[in-house]
This record gives sequence, structure tokens and C-alpha cells, in this order.
Amino acid sequence: MRTIRPLLLVWVALISLLGLTIAASFALTGPLSLMTSMGVATVKAALVYWFFMHLREEGGLIRLAALAGIAWLMIFFFLAGADYATRGAG
Amino acid sequence: MAERVEVHEPFADPAQQHAADMLGMYIFLASEIMLFGGLFAVLFVCRILHPQEIAAASKELHLWIGGINTAILLTSSLAVAIAVQMARQGSRGAVIISIVTAAALGSGFLILKGIEYRLEYSDGLLPGFSTAAKFANPAAHLFMNIYLISTALHALHLSIGILLLAGLVWRLLRGSLPLPKRASVVEVSGLYWHLVDVIWIFLYPALYLVR
Repeated sequence: MRTIRPLLLVWVALISLLGLTIAASFALTGPLSLMTSMGVATVKAALVYWFFMHLREEGGLIRLAALAGIAWLMIFFFLAGADYATRGAG
Repeated sequence: MAERVEVHEPFADPAQQHAADMLGMYIFLASEIMLFGGLFAVLFVCRILHPQEIAAASKELHLWIGGINTAILLTSSLAVAIAVQMARQGSRGAVIISIVTAAALGSGFLILKGIEYRLEYSDGLLPGFSTAAKFANPAAHLFMNIYLISTALHALHLSIGILLLAGLVWRLLRGSLPLPKRASVVEVSGLYWHLVDVIWIFLYPALYLVR
């Protein structure tokens, strides 16, 4: 029980964040809604990566490998976003 | 815990072998992230181009079914994380119970997803399947295309995950997966399961909660 206690707490946090993101979807609209829902999702993913996927116990090399895919994806999103965000500017 | 792990060629020590296990799986998972990343990029571009239409189309989805499914997947991830802890301690019975729980929750997700597709089919909102399609506008049709492709691809990954867990249970029951010596097999399979969960963590708000 002692060893799974932190895992249970992470689960409680994840379910609470799920409740938060659903509640926020009724209150917020537009870009604020997108930022909130993606922000909450990022926090949830970080909890899963850090505790459930063992990054907490691993060294720098494994952490780097785990985040490399996400880092590249962010670069691609930034480039695609820069394109679509500035199309109106002519 | 060093002497409790079986070291294979060409590894010098358990720590090096463990790092190689984790590294290999994380690099594979990076390729999965890129695969789903493309779908997310399409979804976000659609949302930039047609904000009102996409928000209206998103409201047509069954928010609560998706929400319950998110909770189911999060709980299944907890079960897998517990299975890894138990595998490290060598408690074979507890590992089997946790993995069966996770696989059952995963199957529950797929059943609910099937019910949801069925509802969308009868609402005329499932592209390619609904015969009398009732999309409000072309952007809504586009959104439902992305919805169907991304959730179906996710369901496929979840099905593979369930098979992976079933394989683990089979090996544990046969006694061909000695614990804690081979706990790394449970760990690495767990990483895959958690990633499928993380993908849904992002898919749920990106599809169901567009406002």
C-alpha cells in the first residue's frame, strides 16, 4: 500500500483535472477555451509521464529521449501556426 | 535491486540494460507522437480557419461519453502503474489482477466508443457510414472526418494495447515471465499503454471541448 500511495494521489489529481477541463468548457469560449483545455491536458500528460511512465526515476538521457518527439512536434506546430496566423496579413 | 534483474548480452549491468529498454520504447513512442501529431495539426488548422463551425460541430459530440471514457482510461493507467510496482516487488498475483483490470477497463472504453459511434451513426453524423448524412456545413463534415479518423486510430492503438496486456497475462499464467527478473517487460508494455492514454488526454479536449 505504501508503494502505490503516490500513484493513487496522481490518479486523484488526474480525475480532478478532468473535472476542471469539463467545467471550463462550459464557462470559456474561443482562444481562452483552447488555451485552458490544452494547458490542463499538458499538466495531465506531464503527471502521467513523470509518475506513471517513470521519468521521475530516470536519468537525463531517458528524459531527453522521452521529450524529443514532443519537442519536434511543438516546432512543427509553431511553423504551421506561424503560417496560418499571418495569412490575413497579405 | 541489481541482483534481482537478469542481465542479457551485450549489457554490462542492469542499469545499462534498463536504460536501453526505456530508450528503445521511448523512441518508438516518439514515432507514435508524430503520427497523431499530424492529425492534431489538421484539427488546429481547421479550428483556426472555421472557429464558429467547428465549435458548433464539437457541441454535437457526446461530451459525457467522452468524459467517462477519459476517466476509464486514466483509471486503467493507474492499474498498469500499480502492475509495474507489483512486478518490481515480484507479486505475480497482484500483477495479474492489475493487468486484467486495466485490460477490462480498456475494453470498456472500446464498448462505450462503439455505442457512441452508433449514436452518431443514427444522428447522421458519422462520415462514410451514415447514409442520410446531416452535417450542418462542409466545415462540420470536415471536423467529423477528423473526429472519426483520429478516434478510430486511437481505438486501434488501444486494441493493440489490450492484446499486449493479454499477452502479458498469458505469459504470467504460463510462468514464462519470471518476476521481478523480467519486470522490464511489464514496464515497457506499460509505457505503451500510458502513451495511448496521453493521446486520449489531448484528443478529448481537442475534439469534444471546442467552444
